[in-house]
Amino acid sequence: MRLTEDEKALLAGEAGPARQWAIRHQMAVGAFFDAPDLVPVGQAHIMADTESLGEAGVAWLEGLAALPERERRVRVPTITDPRGLDLASYKRLRQTDAMAAIEARAIAAFEALGVLMTNTCINYQTVLPPVRGEHLAMGDTGVVIYSNSVQGARSNFEGGPSALAAGLTGRTPRYGYHLDAHRAGTRHFEVRQRPRDLADWGALGGIVGKVANSYWEVPVVSGLDSWAEGPPNSDELKHFGAALASFGSVALFHMPGVTPEAPTLGHAFAGQAVPQAVSIGPSDFEAFYAGYAAAGDKVDVVVFAAPQLSLIEMQQVAGLIDGRRIHGGTTLIVTTSPEIKFAADRMGLTARIEAAGGIVAAGVCFYQSYAREMAEANGWQRLLTNSAKLVNIIAGYGYKPTLASMEACIDSAVAGRIV
Amino acid sequence: MPIVLKCHKGLGPTVTGIALVAQDNFSARYDLDRLKGTFSRPAHKLYGQSYVDRILVLQTAKGGVASAWMLREMTARGLAPKAIVFDRTNTILAQGAAFAELAMVDRFEAGDPTTLIRTGDELRIEPAVGLVTILNRD
Repeated sequence: MRLTEDEKALLAGEAGPARQWAIRHQMAVGAFFDAPDLVPVGQAHIMADTESLGEAGVAWLEGLAALPERERRVRVPTITDPRGLDLASYKRLRQTDAMAAIEARAIAAFEALGVLMTNTCINYQTVLPPVRGEHLAMGDTGVVIYSNSVQGARSNFEGGPSALAAGLTGRTPRYGYHLDAHRAGTRHFEVRQRPRDLADWGALGGIVGKVANSYWEVPVVSGLDSWAEGPPNSDELKHFGAALASFGSVALFHMPGVTPEAPTLGHAFAGQAVPQAVSIGPSDFEAFYAGYAAAGDKVDVVVFAAPQLSLIEMQQVAGLIDGRRIHGGTTLIVTTSPEIKFAADRMGLTARIEAAGGIVAAGVCFYQSYAREMAEANGWQRLLTNSAKLVNIIAGYGYKPTLASMEACIDSAVAGRIV
Repeated sequence: MPIVLKCHKGLGPTVTGIALVAQDNFSARYDLDRLKGTFSRPAHKLYGQSYVDRILVLQTAKGGVASAWMLREMTARGLAPKAIVFDRTNTILAQGAAFAELAMVDRFEAGDPTTLIRTGDELRIEPAVGLVTILNRD
């Protein structure tokens, strides 16, 4: 791998052991993916909830945090994905003081490194939206796919250690979606039924993701620019992308007429022949929902999360729940970013949701929050959500998930059963 | 003569161990009970099986950025696979292997390793030179 003089100095340890570890890590990963060099990045975004960090990860971070200040501070804006728990609401969810203690240690270590604790997976809506052509080191698959596809920026899926390495060096290895060669469409899907709501957009992401099924596939989804309703909005693309990344490990999609690198179908495939399309119609959506259906079942927990809710989604939940009461046997949880929570508090949305018996948690995203332990402590099994990403993930934590619209989720939360 | 499979140069140390193979994918966050060391997602083809000290041979890595931290934590607690062999990995698992110093290889010349290697095979993984040797078969 070609290194600049500055990078050689980092490798030699001239800027301390943290940056030396970081560039060594980047060179190992870069060599694995045949990266020719490192590329400067505009931001790094670290997925580092304490459930996945564990004691080993937190102790390692504390080691970095103990270094002299000039050796430990990140060089580019570095922000965080949702945390393992919300220190303001964890007791209501029966998370433990031990979880809160390790969380506090991780936060202290990150702050010592100069990391901004944004605790959000919707930073592309709320913090510093990526711009076209900007190289980034983003954690959280939903953040990467949105930044790449909707905003035309350039990032691979960067795990926590790699994103932190990028913060420390200000660079990342140039491979995968940093390169033009990987950004052309590889599969073609044609949608014959416009998704009706956020759950449908997630379902569409799941349907495409199951077929594409590889980090290295770039689905091109056509037919979404010609409906009377107009193009999808940011929340719709957020749910679509998050589910596509979750089900398919996909990091980039194009929607001709909608996303910036695909003004036409031809552009989406970079001028190459357009492959025959996989057609997606009403029966595909029906089959997707049927895989999770459980009509009439008692519902233990209703979750709006994955990704965190925008202010607009918070308003939608509040509007649907006004004047109603969540069933005594059901818990309703809404997760959002700390910034949106402040806004929702200020605008009275939090109070409206909590007046109905819901819990609004900030800086968390449910599945990253000790989901298995929460299920055991609260006796939860049946989970209802409008997030296709969440139904894909959460079965691995011992839940039985069902996908439904936001309206049906709230009607079910009130009834205590899936309606 | 043992069977020698060539692959792309990988990550981590040379290791020897017993293969656990499935034509399925892998995510530490979605698929595993990391406290018990077993596959916990019911739809996974290795559901219920222990991965501890096995050489996992799977098709691809699936979504979930968390796996990058989790491999190191799993290794630190002694509840980790000995190596992971993929047909093609994604970036997260490669980064996680680099961070955990866990052996990982992918991109085989002879095609998908889940069709070339069987559960129970004794394997030697040599990431530095890009070789996987099936020691128990000719």
